[in-house]
Amino acid sequence: MVQLTLPKNSTVRTGKTWPKPEGAKNLRKFQIYRWDPDTGENPRVDTYFIDMDKCGPMVLDALIKIKNEIDPTLTFRRSCREGICGSCAMNIDGINTLACIYGLDEVKGDVKIYPLPHMPVIKDLIPDLTHFYAQHASIMPWLETKTNRPAKEWRQSIEDRKKLDGLYECVMCASCSTSCPSYWWNGDKYLGPAALLHAYRWIIDSRDEATGERLDNLEDPFKLYRCHTIMNCAKTCPKGLNPAKAIAEIKKMMVSRVV
Amino acid sequence: MRYLTDRKRAEGKGASHTGTEHHWYMQISAVGLAFLVPTFLFIFGRALGQGHDAVLAVFARPFPGILTALVLFIGMRHFNKGAIMMIEDYARGTSRKLAVIFVTALSYLVIAVGFYALAKIAL
Repeated sequence: MVQLTLPKNSTVRTGKTWPKPEGAKNLRKFQIYRWDPDTGENPRVDTYFIDMDKCGPMVLDALIKIKNEIDPTLTFRRSCREGICGSCAMNIDGINTLACIYGLDEVKGDVKIYPLPHMPVIKDLIPDLTHFYAQHASIMPWLETKTNRPAKEWRQSIEDRKKLDGLYECVMCASCSTSCPSYWWNGDKYLGPAALLHAYRWIIDSRDEATGERLDNLEDPFKLYRCHTIMNCAKTCPKGLNPAKAIAEIKKMMVSRVV
Repeated sequence: MRYLTDRKRAEGKGASHTGTEHHWYMQISAVGLAFLVPTFLFIFGRALGQGHDAVLAVFARPFPGILTALVLFIGMRHFNKGAIMMIEDYARGTSRKLAVIFVTALSYLVIAVGFYALAKIAL
């Protein structure tokens, strides 16, 4: 059943307000979700102040500055800092996005940072993506062939290669899936926009020979048809992709098998 | 506590190989209703406010009668399937099953009552 209220031990409380840096003139306030499973305490929102004259332009720059200079216990994932690895996905100012490519100038007022919504939290800004990755693995994100391996390589025309544009760029950051209400309510069964976009990427690949099996594995009221074209996925994708369109294309292929 | 691998949890019981028919029905019934409902409302609106005998005479004619029957049947089937989709979104377990049975029974009841009334008027 849909749960509309948080249990008592999950209610977010006001946390610590860290001192302002001395002599700073260009201050910016950051409110960041904190939760440490080892303490047994409720989640809280800590307040930090940063001298923007000594901080990089991106949200990730501010987080790294906080961790390095103010509070080393602040925990978050990050790696490439250029929107390729997908590690630093989080909810910034109400939008699921990548902290490394989201500019601080895009946020009006205080910067509010939470982990990706509706996922179990491991610590602070780190969600547990185990199930999300397992769902991705379940769509067989690799080339499936039955024909004997060619002497040189699997050939693909320029036109067929172009069909993969807008799909292969997905970095599996989970911003789309965690912005989808259908995934919030039925994430245990519904594959979500990210996994379905990847599924379509392999279905549409001219070299892949498992199209029928792939469609068979998706034909389910929950795995695929839980998508109600809400379009949050397309709106939030930090890479500018359109998972909803990919899902619609899968549905069209399903119908074309029947009608 | 169950010791299931992440992959087994994600796969669940596998795909049921259903859903496409439901999806296609909703698409075509939505398009059909987009034409049927405005036409029905036009005829119903013209009959509205007239005397009892005049209204009965309108729905006793073949076109309004058959149109009303189509709106009832396709509309309630569309409602039924849409409501099931909504229930599956928000409810789980036994409450999901009971709610699905309830809306299905309700939609067929409305169709049956409507057909009975139409038949009584027309025949």
